[in-house]
Amino acid sequence: MSEILWEVLNHIEGFIYPNEVEVNWSVLIALYPYITGLVAGAFIVASLERVFKVEAVKPTYRLALLTALAFLLAAPLPLVAHLGHPERALEIMFTPHLTSAMAGFGFVYAWYLLIVLLLELGYDYRKDVVKWAQTATGFRGFLYRILTMGDYDISEETLKKDEKLVGIITVIGLPSAAFLHGYVGFIFGSVKANPWWSSPLMPIIFLFSAMVSGIALVLLIYMASTKLRGKEMDMECVDTLAGYLLYTYILDLGLEFMEIAHLLYTQEEGIDAILILINDKLFVSFIIIQIFFGTLIPITLLVLSKTGLFRAKVRKFFYISASLLTLIGVFAMRWNVVIGGQILSKTFRGYGYYIMPLFGPESLTLALAIMVLPFILLAIFVKLLPPWDEPPLWMKTERRYD
Amino acid sequence: MITRRKFLKALGLLSATAAGVSAKTSRAEPTEYYDWSKHYYSFVVDSTKCIGCGRCVRACKLENEVPLEPFFFRTWVERYIWLKGEEEPYVDSPNGGFEGFPVIYDEKAIRKSYFVPKLCNQCDRPPCVQVCPVGATYKTEDGVVLVDEKYCIGCRYCIQACPYGARYLYPFNGPRKSRRGTADKCTWCYHRITKGLKPACVEACPVGARKFGDLKDPNDEIHKLLDENRISVLKPEQGTKPKVFYIGIDTEVR
Repeated sequence: MSEILWEVLNHIEGFIYPNEVEVNWSVLIALYPYITGLVAGAFIVASLERVFKVEAVKPTYRLALLTALAFLLAAPLPLVAHLGHPERALEIMFTPHLTSAMAGFGFVYAWYLLIVLLLELGYDYRKDVVKWAQTATGFRGFLYRILTMGDYDISEETLKKDEKLVGIITVIGLPSAAFLHGYVGFIFGSVKANPWWSSPLMPIIFLFSAMVSGIALVLLIYMASTKLRGKEMDMECVDTLAGYLLYTYILDLGLEFMEIAHLLYTQEEGIDAILILINDKLFVSFIIIQIFFGTLIPITLLVLSKTGLFRAKVRKFFYISASLLTLIGVFAMRWNVVIGGQILSKTFRGYGYYIMPLFGPESLTLALAIMVLPFILLAIFVKLLPPWDEPPLWMKTERRYD
Repeated sequence: MITRRKFLKALGLLSATAAGVSAKTSRAEPTEYYDWSKHYYSFVVDSTKCIGCGRCVRACKLENEVPLEPFFFRTWVERYIWLKGEEEPYVDSPNGGFEGFPVIYDEKAIRKSYFVPKLCNQCDRPPCVQVCPVGATYKTEDGVVLVDEKYCIGCRYCIQACPYGARYLYPFNGPRKSRRGTADKCTWCYHRITKGLKPACVEACPVGARKFGDLKDPNDEIHKLLDENRISVLKPEQGTKPKVFYIGIDTEVR
């Protein structure tokens, strides 16, 4: 660590407080809001079908829920890995200091994981799990039998009740997902010492960029999985999702614009430093990656797809490009907030420098490993709890259930 | 006749003194038999007196086991220089002023220049305490903000929340093992002031630019300083109510 700080010393510009040489919130802390954002976004996609009755996106409903779960399980990893004393991490739940926005993390997380996601998945999959438990053998059968929790009642009446419960959970889940991520924005937005963070718009900007990234992720995973399974893509579903991606994007861009416009127009203390931050220090990651490639290009592609001038094949290509660029752009946004906010010195007279180590704690490799993990988890979940619409094995002998 | 209570008290004081003499650096804080409700401390920095020698920075690092690398400071000294014909000051703090300051400009080119010692402001409304998720950093009744190194989880939210850059993460190769991976900052030498001593930096300053006193003691010289000078604090717009008071600095100092 020390060698990196000595190297950083050579890159510092102007005057920063001596304690600011070390960038305390590393790439892992940029990853954390990225991952929770994907969770919240994916859940909101799932609730489109449940709460807002958007039938077209039904093929993605379960997939979106499993995606949310896979990413939610990975969400605390970057946080815990970053702590100076990971062994004390649970103190945040056992002895929370209630004036701290961060103290809410454990509770928001537990609520969301246990009350919202697991319950919703549990009730939604109940019928299938019971059927699987009755047919599957070996380890899988054992697992399904545990998941039934001994309740094999799948009478018409019970299933109706289940359906109702899932509806209620989603209605609770929607504000919970919004809160899970809006609260992450508040962690940054409430730091008055940092003019690049301090803003009441921060939670809502985080929320909308979360929705953007979550929709893009589900869209991409849906397209990739149909391709991998050699199935026909449901174009109505894909078009609808892309439409929602576009609308959310426009709101997100609007909010981001309001934030920047406010900074530039009010010209409060530190504005000169912020201008250099935007135009020089973060030029590539903010202007080029986040705004141009990560926002304007995807919006253009999505608008083009809406015109009706392009065939399905071209639209698919547009959607894949737009989703990939979105996922990169939203990560750039998290990076620009977390790392950018620390590059900007609180003296407003200088800039720090962030060097990301390749290996070791708080390194690129660790961040990549944490980022790959949810995809592995998702693959396992999909294997165990197939989310596809087509009838599973046990249904082949029965009438198709809709 | 000596009562049991008095005897025990004397014994405690004796052992405390012995510990203070035998241990070179801070170990036990705070002192036994110390009543924090009877004190309220205050710190005055007279910038007009500071000569930038850096003795305070060295004394602090030795006294408080602060790592010697130039990235970790409980206190440091900044130099402000206004050159002729230029509006914005040039500011620097090489190694926090640990080795003093090299001459970098021709004296004739300088319009105005002075040194500003910096340390934790022990804010009355401390954002660091507000954001700590586990309550490891807290305000004492005698007006000091402390960190419990046995409790801090090392999330570093407090470091982000401090507008003054007064906090740092104690490195994993730092000399004091129990403090590694936790947030560290100036405590006004709490282990010394609770024994009636002055903070190390105040003691080491050869020109009296750093003054420390107890506002609850009516005879303390700190009252005179605060009453007879125009006083300012750093970044008052942050609403943190700092308790380190500055004499003779411009608004450019932040």
